[in-house]
Amino acid sequence: MNRKNLGRLGPLVVFVVLALLPYSTLQIPGLFDGVLNSPGTLQLLALCLIFGGVALSYDLLFGFTGLLSFGHALYFAAGTYAANLALTEFGLGLGTAVALTTAVGVLLPLVVGAVALRVEGIAFAMVTLATAQVGSIIVLQDPGGLTGGEEGLAVSREPIPDVFVGVFNTVNKYWLALAYLVFVYVVAAWVTSSRAGRVWQAIRENERRVEVLGMQPYRFKLLVFVLAGLLAALGGVVHLLLLGGSTPRVTTADFTLGLLIMVVLGGAGSRWGAVLGGVLYTYLDSRLTDLAQSPAVQDLPAWLRVPLSEPLFLLGTLFILVVFFVPGGIAGLVARLQERRAGRRSAPPPTGGTAVPGRAVEQVRDRAARGVGVGAGQPRDGA
Amino acid sequence: MSTVVLLTITGLGLAALYFLVASGLSLIFGLMGVLNFAHGAFLTIGSYGTWWAAQNLPGAGATGWGFIYAVAFGVAVGTFVAALIELALIRPLYERHIEQVLVTVGLSLALVALVRAIWGADPRPFPRPEIARGTTSILGANVPNDRFLLIATAVVVLVAVLAFLRFTRFGLVIRAGVENRSMVTALGIDVRKAFTLVFAIGGAFAALAGALGGVYLGSISPGQGTSLLIFAFIVVVIGGMSSITGTAMAAVLVGLVQQFANYYLASGVGDLSVVLLLAMVLLVRPGGLTARVA
Repeated sequence: MNRKNLGRLGPLVVFVVLALLPYSTLQIPGLFDGVLNSPGTLQLLALCLIFGGVALSYDLLFGFTGLLSFGHALYFAAGTYAANLALTEFGLGLGTAVALTTAVGVLLPLVVGAVALRVEGIAFAMVTLATAQVGSIIVLQDPGGLTGGEEGLAVSREPIPDVFVGVFNTVNKYWLALAYLVFVYVVAAWVTSSRAGRVWQAIRENERRVEVLGMQPYRFKLLVFVLAGLLAALGGVVHLLLLGGSTPRVTTADFTLGLLIMVVLGGAGSRWGAVLGGVLYTYLDSRLTDLAQSPAVQDLPAWLRVPLSEPLFLLGTLFILVVFFVPGGIAGLVARLQERRAGRRSAPPPTGGTAVPGRAVEQVRDRAARGVGVGAGQPRDGA
Repeated sequence: MSTVVLLTITGLGLAALYFLVASGLSLIFGLMGVLNFAHGAFLTIGSYGTWWAAQNLPGAGATGWGFIYAVAFGVAVGTFVAALIELALIRPLYERHIEQVLVTVGLSLALVALVRAIWGADPRPFPRPEIARGTTSILGANVPNDRFLLIATAVVVLVAVLAFLRFTRFGLVIRAGVENRSMVTALGIDVRKAFTLVFAIGGAFAALAGALGGVYLGSISPGQGTSLLIFAFIVVVIGGMSSITGTAMAAVLVGLVQQFANYYLASGVGDLSVVLLLAMVLLVRPGGLTARVA
């Protein structure tokens, strides 16, 4: 099938273009301030790539398994702060720090998930939200001057290899970010097509049926929770190297909500959709801030200028519009356009069989309806 | 002893604030199955509405009747915004809970960002009426009066809500809807009116909490609502998600635990112990404090 070939080749083409991008001196007016390989542009692109990867890790939870976690920021923050402390406070080398962060990235979601996954639906969302809030409180309280509180924590340059230090080496950090994204993408592609991945999607569709088939959803959910947490923690390490420090902004609930918006924007349950959502959100967040300070906006009348000065206002509004008018996000939109071009009638509602990418939200809906009354999901199917 | 009294009353004051936010959340969740993330934004709108009215609205002011007038204005704005959001954004997504939650998430970001765009991110000093400025001596402890203001308001609200649910027709519909929404609809009652109503009530209480929170903390900032919201969520879950009395009990528990742990252990530990409390309650009684044992 034509689309299948494209599905295989597409990511490879995108990867090659992204890998060669720093050699280009193209000037894209409007989109970026400098030429493509200027440090500023590369920094922004690297940030986009990192969040593309983190969004994909969140999509494994939300889009593929249907777990609405409000605490994914915790693992990203744990990654950046654990690596930062290992490098700066304990003076460990980068390799050891990454190994340590990996251990934290496995243990923390394992402990939190083991508790949180005992409840379902909204209660699960709340437990994850609350545990992430604990992380945020600890970081802001600055115990023993370790986390730097609101100021954030700059990383010590000495243990980091020279190739990742300084503005001149932004290109290396860009490639590192790209490598991270590719890593997450390959892992996600592999696991979602593995047996465990199929069980995750089955859990999203109907958890009780999975149980009846003799499998333990709890174990599979814990597995995806830990995997997503670990991938996010590694993203935190790359983020740390890119920015040269950790900021408490990544511990907040708003950050998790940002991830949720990225995934829904791009298309929950679609790998490339989540990545695209993450890239787009990060890009817009950064560029809209610049736009707000530009003279073109500053000269506008107050009733237009004031809302435009807040990227979050625009992104929040955009998000609501997407939820209303583009269910399934960008991936869902593309899937629908392809269906239309193929001359088929609009696809039947995905009640069984293969899931339409990007429609995960609609499928999660049923589960949430059952989640009313916390953990007391009444079995509805067949009854 | 005086420390214990002060901590208890302060804890109860905090509990009152949590209750005001959480009661609306729990009504909305119980009836509609929507976890309303925009609730924190209602709180912010209420506090900024009151603050704005106290300075700009003729007749309103920072003290006495003028302040009550200002609070009434803030609450009215909060109620209006909440009802409008329900009608325009939540209702079209009827029975689609995840999308509804997503919309409230978007709203929570957009509304708070809008307030920040208009009035800036820095905290603004909030008017403190005379009645809240003094202290009262109880058992040797000098307790600031604003705590009593909070507690009294919360008790009035609690009694009013319980009476409303118990003795009015709308209250009956809401109670029945929480029990079994589809049955109520099947009996030919339009539950949607009740949806708008609980959203408006929730918005009013959250706005009231915003105004009182401003008095209690002395200043307001756009992000305040969101940070309070997380604790309100915890209160709702501990209280059993859809029970007003359960929410009230959980609010008292959370407020007291937070105050005492923050004082006797270390600053910040109180917030952590609240989360621990949540984990414990959910593990022992996954349905919250008021869960019926099947």
